[in-house]
Amino acid sequence: MNLIAENLSYKPDEQFHLNEVSFNFKKGNIYTILGRTLSGKTTLLKTIAGLLTPDKGEMQFEDKDFLKVPVWERNIAMVYQQFINYPHLNVFENVAFPLKQRKIDNHEINDVVLKSLKSVGLEGYEKRKIQELSGGQQQRVSLARSLVKNAKILLLDEPLVNLDYKLREQLREEFKNIFSQGLSEESIVIFSTTDPREAMELNGEVIVLDEGKVLQVGPAKEIFENPKTLKVAEISNDPPMNILKTNIDSNKIKFEGIEIDIPNHLSNIKDKNFNLGIRASDIELSDKGFEFEVELAEISGSETLLHLTRGSAKIITSIEEVMNFNIHDKVKIDFDINKFYAFEESGILASSPFGGSYV
Amino acid sequence: MGKLYKFLKYSFITIWTVFVVAPFLWALTTSFKDFNSVNGGATYIPWVDFEPKLEGWKVLIKSPANGGVDIIEPYFNSLFVTCTASLISIVLGTLSAYALSRFTFKAGFVKNNDITFFFISQRIMPPIVLSIPFFLFLGAIDLLDSLIGLIVVYIVLLMPIAVWIMVDFFNKVPREIDETALIDGCNPYQAFFKVVLPNSVPGLIVAGMFCIIFGWIDFFFAFILTFTEVQLLPVKIVALNSSITPWWSLSASALVSVAPLIIVAFIVERYLSKGNLSGAIK
Repeated sequence: MNLIAENLSYKPDEQFHLNEVSFNFKKGNIYTILGRTLSGKTTLLKTIAGLLTPDKGEMQFEDKDFLKVPVWERNIAMVYQQFINYPHLNVFENVAFPLKQRKIDNHEINDVVLKSLKSVGLEGYEKRKIQELSGGQQQRVSLARSLVKNAKILLLDEPLVNLDYKLREQLREEFKNIFSQGLSEESIVIFSTTDPREAMELNGEVIVLDEGKVLQVGPAKEIFENPKTLKVAEISNDPPMNILKTNIDSNKIKFEGIEIDIPNHLSNIKDKNFNLGIRASDIELSDKGFEFEVELAEISGSETLLHLTRGSAKIITSIEEVMNFNIHDKVKIDFDINKFYAFEESGILASSPFGGSYV
Repeated sequence: MGKLYKFLKYSFITIWTVFVVAPFLWALTTSFKDFNSVNGGATYIPWVDFEPKLEGWKVLIKSPANGGVDIIEPYFNSLFVTCTASLISIVLGTLSAYALSRFTFKAGFVKNNDITFFFISQRIMPPIVLSIPFFLFLGAIDLLDSLIGLIVVYIVLLMPIAVWIMVDFFNKVPREIDETALIDGCNPYQAFFKVVLPNSVPGLIVAGMFCIIFGWIDFFFAFILTFTEVQLLPVKIVALNSSITPWWSLSASALVSVAPLIIVAFIVERYLSKGNLSGAIK
């Protein structure tokens, strides 16, 4: 009864858009596909929708060969990152469209559409034209249209990415509410995003995708705490996890003239050279710390992102307040050594603060 | 800058308007003249410059036996040929354009763009090049000097315009709208008729307008491919010339022949300014 895919590959040009992707999605769950732009997220969703036919691989759903079922018979719903609605129809007609297509009784359509519009906060907008709505409202209309169908598979392709900051936060909250209340045990929700925070907040199963390949599958918490590889660590953190090329000598971690005592959880590292990972949020300004040069300071919301260099080492740190820096300022920073990650030179996680290791 | 620009802009528009309207004014005054007033030189103000006469207009509705010019039959011939050919061109052209916009065709080195260009290339050739093949072709299938023959030829001339305009238009309709329609349970035909077509009304109107204009004003093929049985309006009007050019009835029939285009232009103008597609993708 699950949605099962095996070795889906799609290669329309030189590059793989999907490379041997397999998954097993269970009903009643939320799955988040996390990956950067062009990682194959949209391709994967379109393949599940039936809009693309993979070159290789198999897909099964409810004991049927899903690849042989045409799009219009798949009983799916999809929300695009662009706000796709039918411009020639008003809000009510847009949401009613998939139901009319199923030849459902008009009274019933009326009830269901109004209920669905209410759930996305668009009560009273029924007669409006799509063009008269703001971007956020347009996206709510397409969300309402996809919810109203009670689809077996709900695909959300970066639905929040084109919204401004405030709306995004607000709609993200609503998504969580809608998913937690209205989701039936019968449907599968697949949500794709570039934003690790979104993946963590939805708190479902996360699939990390890069260059069409699945890098890691697991609960959001597990991906965050124990990223399998350097790549996963980069993709699943925003700003990306800092990676420093270091070596170990007489119980010290050394790089660019900096020496740090090895924390306990890294004491089992045998390699002389390894990649040290540290999150931007685990680095603080400190007078006793190491000196770095400011390369760029950007204020984002209520925090300041500092891009720092020291020799060939580049790191990003986030400070929880708005501060002004000039380029080439010298600042002193300290690392929270208990939050160090160690990756082998090949990129595999050797040790994490949460005890994970893939060596 | 602002004022000078405005001045130049409106000066230009004024000059252009005079340039466009003057021939109509000339035709309108001439249609109310008789032989003497026409020979009296360029005069424009009725009752002052010349004595207005209705003779030019009267002959349009008189039967040929009473000295009328008999443009009513050619008029309806022209309407019939133009409308039928335009309608068929729009239907076929829109379907071809949708296919060219959405699906990938490949036959050797021939791809979508080449097929589109093939359609447009029909319009690049000078009409004289096409006239002989058309003449021989219609002769072979016994359709010379017939309305059906003209419709066939006009479809060849008008469909490229429809394809060209509609390919461009469909390319601007986001593919995601079709996809959403498929996801919402439409099969490809329903997606086209229920979603894509209703959102392409402005494009259809523009394409239809061009087809009607080009069909209506064609003189060349109507002249070459018809003799006695069938006459189209432009040919008939030119044929009014005899040893004495009847400028008055010529002007009157010219004005009558332009009327449908003016009506089309006014209708189309209202639709064009609407712009229906802005809410598809923000």
